[in-house]
Amino acid sequence: MAAGPYSEKVMDHFMNPRNVGEIESADGVGEVGNPACGDMMRLYLKIDEGMVVDAKFRTFGCGAAIASSSMLTEMIKGKTVDEARAITNQHVADALDGLPAVKIHCSVMAEQAVKSALDDYAKKHAG
Amino acid sequence: MTKAFFDHISTTPLDPRVFEAMRPYFFDRYGNPSSHIHDQGQAAVRAVDQARAEVAALIGAKAGEIVFTSGATESNNLAVLGAAEGAGAGKRRVVVSDVEHFSVMNALIPLRNAGYEVTVLPVDRNGVVDPDAVRKALRADTALLSVMHANSEIGTIEPVGQIGQIAKEAGVTFHVDATASAGHIPVDVREIPADLVTLSAHNFYGPKGAGALYLREGTKVAPRTFGGFQEMGYRAGTENVPAVVGMGAAAILAGREMGAWAEHLSRLGKTLWDGLAAIPMLHYTGHPSERLPGHVSFWVEHVEGESLLLFLNMKGVMAASGSACSSNLRGHDEEDLVASPVLRAIGVPSDICTGSITFSLGKGNTADEVRLALDALPGIVDRLRAMSPTYLDYQKRQVKGG
Repeated sequence: MAAGPYSEKVMDHFMNPRNVGEIESADGVGEVGNPACGDMMRLYLKIDEGMVVDAKFRTFGCGAAIASSSMLTEMIKGKTVDEARAITNQHVADALDGLPAVKIHCSVMAEQAVKSALDDYAKKHAG
Repeated sequence: MTKAFFDHISTTPLDPRVFEAMRPYFFDRYGNPSSHIHDQGQAAVRAVDQARAEVAALIGAKAGEIVFTSGATESNNLAVLGAAEGAGAGKRRVVVSDVEHFSVMNALIPLRNAGYEVTVLPVDRNGVVDPDAVRKALRADTALLSVMHANSEIGTIEPVGQIGQIAKEAGVTFHVDATASAGHIPVDVREIPADLVTLSAHNFYGPKGAGALYLREGTKVAPRTFGGFQEMGYRAGTENVPAVVGMGAAAILAGREMGAWAEHLSRLGKTLWDGLAAIPMLHYTGHPSERLPGHVSFWVEHVEGESLLLFLNMKGVMAASGSACSSNLRGHDEEDLVASPVLRAIGVPSDICTGSITFSLGKGNTADEVRLALDALPGIVDRLRAMSPTYLDYQKRQVKGG
């Protein structure tokens, strides 16, 4: 159901977010944002043989931040590490049928969260 | 589904009695007060004059001291810019409180650009302006002091009587934005020594598109709109006659019924306030007692304001936020995403709070509606906290600490 400035898809992912939670001994953890700026996202990845096999998140933020987080986890599951890294904020926003102009930063946060989690994974598995 | 509107600080529903007073001025009596040689124009003149007397009566003013405008924004702009210019050469300073509405704060931009010095008075943690700070800030070259009567976001009522006395002694023009207070608590210019007072009709069950600026006799204000000689030269342009009539009708009702409304609102507001105490880590904002009746504002640790409001709306409960995100949802770029200036001014820690919630009750609200809100809130708070990384960290710290 659409509400105010958000698409139905945003509202669906906000009301029923997918993949909320944590992964114990995750292969990569990314954290971006800051509650002072209005939103913060923590992303946990389980990676097996170069594939993102599981993704979970916790987010403090507005409707768009929670929906972007949820959509992102859906998008990266089953993708290779390289494919996941190639996801941009525009992909996330498009998958949500768009975001209001002032909320674009929420999709940017999602993009940064994957990159941060994959950097963490790369660091842990370096050498 | 039951729906409960708790955002009366943004606007109030038009009282049907007000609409009935307005109705003839859309149809039978459509005259322009400036064209009064004929009966239609004469009827419009009488209607506007009567409304002027009615609005004046609400605040203890004379009819000739009321200028009709399109609303609070225009009144505030006229007060700030008009009084700054009207003060004349040598007076190039304006003093305002830190919690004024955007229509006061943003009117300072052209003044700053024109070389005016602006002094912003801090408020305490309850959002109250310190009269001693006012005393120190006023100087011989001060053109205007502007302090609101009540704050829409946190409900605090400012000591404008005392502050006005200080301004009077200093010989400084004093503007009071009474948008949130007029029609809800007494605003009387015989007790508040204000030279300029902003009023807005749709904030007290009148129509949108009508406001007024009270100008105490002898106050020098330069006009901001130029054209004909409507509104004693202060505001050119054909009067919005139906809305002006509605403002007058709303003023009569408010004058007569405000006491009963306030009693009802205070009772419901207390139920809401007390009920909220069951939510852990909830912090009330604004002054605990010197506040608008039926105004309850707070923030909740580890819960972002907009998300809370979206979930509340799904449950039929409509409230508002002064938060970074939601209040600017319709803005056009991310520059608009600034933390609430009012929350910053009262020292709410920005690392744990990005959104305050404001419940502003109206005369039509019921105890059942308040119950609906109180029943909905705890589950929503739990749900959002369960999603929040900051709450997870908090819980882990608690376990470690315990």
